[in-house]
Amino acid sequence: MKVRLLDIAHARSGDKGDTANVGVIALEPRWYEVLTQFVTRTKVADHFRGMIEGDVERFELPNLNALNFLLHGALDGGGTLSLKTDAQGKVFSTALLRMVIDVPDTDAKRLQLPAAG
Amino acid sequence: MKEVVRIAAGQGFWGDDLDAPRRQVEGGPIDYLMLDYLAEVTMSILQKQKERDPSLGYARDFVGAMESVLPAVLERGVKVIANAGGVNPRACAEAVRAASAKRAGKDKLRIGVVTGDDLLARLDELMAQGHVLANMETGEPLSTVRDKVLSANAYIGSSPIVEALKGGANVVVTGRSTDTALTMAPLRHEFGWGAESWDQLAAGIVAGHIIECGAQCSGGNCLYDWRSIPDLANVGYPLVEARADGSFVVTKHPKTGGRVSVPTITEQLVYEMGDPHSYITPDVIADFTTIRLVQDGQDRVLVSGITGRPPTDKLKVSVAYRAGFKAVGTLVYAWPDALDKAKLADRVLRARLDRLSLGFDRVLSEFVGANATHGPLAGERSDAPEVQLRLGARGPDRAAVERFTREIAPLVLNEPPSVTGFAGGRPKVEEIVAYWPALIDKSIVKTKVDIIA
Repeated sequence: MKVRLLDIAHARSGDKGDTANVGVIALEPRWYEVLTQFVTRTKVADHFRGMIEGDVERFELPNLNALNFLLHGALDGGGTLSLKTDAQGKVFSTALLRMVIDVPDTDAKRLQLPAAG
Repeated sequence: MKEVVRIAAGQGFWGDDLDAPRRQVEGGPIDYLMLDYLAEVTMSILQKQKERDPSLGYARDFVGAMESVLPAVLERGVKVIANAGGVNPRACAEAVRAASAKRAGKDKLRIGVVTGDDLLARLDELMAQGHVLANMETGEPLSTVRDKVLSANAYIGSSPIVEALKGGANVVVTGRSTDTALTMAPLRHEFGWGAESWDQLAAGIVAGHIIECGAQCSGGNCLYDWRSIPDLANVGYPLVEARADGSFVVTKHPKTGGRVSVPTITEQLVYEMGDPHSYITPDVIADFTTIRLVQDGQDRVLVSGITGRPPTDKLKVSVAYRAGFKAVGTLVYAWPDALDKAKLADRVLRARLDRLSLGFDRVLSEFVGANATHGPLAGERSDAPEVQLRLGARGPDRAAVERFTREIAPLVLNEPPSVTGFAGGRPKVEEIVAYWPALIDKSIVKTKVDIIA
């Protein structure tokens, strides 16, 4: 089943130099396993292809039902150098929540995941 | 020893709500008011101000904030901790003293001034001694931009603030203290946490991280269930009620808007996060994967379980340097085919810029209303009622960037139709002051505390 991250998670993003970070938080604790299993480093790197110049790193925070992603080379130099509207990476959060993941039907049913509209 | 120490946040950055400090001291009982003024580029702005006038170089908003909270400080014993000193903490303290000169009880004012973070005057000596101050992102040595450096400050920890409080200060003004130290220092002072009480120190850092951006943890900028967050016009700034064991509750004053919940706190915890296992500060390395959050009544979140470990032997240094010039101009194209018109205008402008050979490092076009923030993820929409073409150029030469700003207006009559939104005139050329993060040995930085009474 196709599931859109916006329907199962919330997020906040910020910056550190030319790196944007996106923290993605499961809306229900039981959905955290969906994030860890399907929102992989590679999947996020593919999602942002063409928007970032560097690597993606992923960290797990099971205590907060959250993942943290670092998107390197995302901000046109960052801070005051950047010419971007989103020079401080504030809305990479919702850009990540556009992602659609493919979850096996049995898991989707067990976890009562909402289907992507 | 107090059982509970209350620390309220009253500013999340220089430019935050001017009324928030007063609302924090009047809205309910607090012991400390914490005001964070310094972002990465703020020090360089303050350095420029100090060059023009040696009596400036601090966050002047702080003087007004102090006037608004002085009755609480002088009559109720509330203490204030702020990194408003910028590159001139002593002048900041003098300005506060001058502003309080006519107040009853002014004799009770004791301002602790923390200095020693400013490395600008020592920079050549340090580099000659072999401190390369390599850029943490690029690895380049500072020598490559030395002649363009405007300011250089070490991020210092909680110890000098604790020393000032021990010395009887009821207002502490620092320069480039870490944001989190402003919250952790009073907890160390009140609870007597030792310099190696790693778990408690880490808890103080987490408390600081949660409240250092003001209302961003109490309902502001919160994506989770944002429509239902009440009365943001009267948003309550956060406060922590901390205990000696390192646990604390985040809450806000009664009769304020906003919300304090596990989701609002979680969003703030992940804000600007790097490796969550290692949140490195001068005092301690905090492990954010150990934080436990529990809702503890309405607008109350209990935070506990935090562990920490010893810090490194380095301090981070924030260097600001001149890095060329930039300008950003905009034009708005209307339906029908707004995006196509904006794209054609962009191609035309770029062809003209190419002919001029202005030597830019970067020219960036964005189409606001189509893809400025989410890029190709937004998909292509052809029916937008309007699209804003937003063009930026950056380069080493001011005259070239000036020329760029003159190329935008002619598009209005020369190029695609249905264009408007140019009434603001020619874009402004800005000098770029960029940020150079580096590390230095801790032993190099000697802080000093003076108390002005």
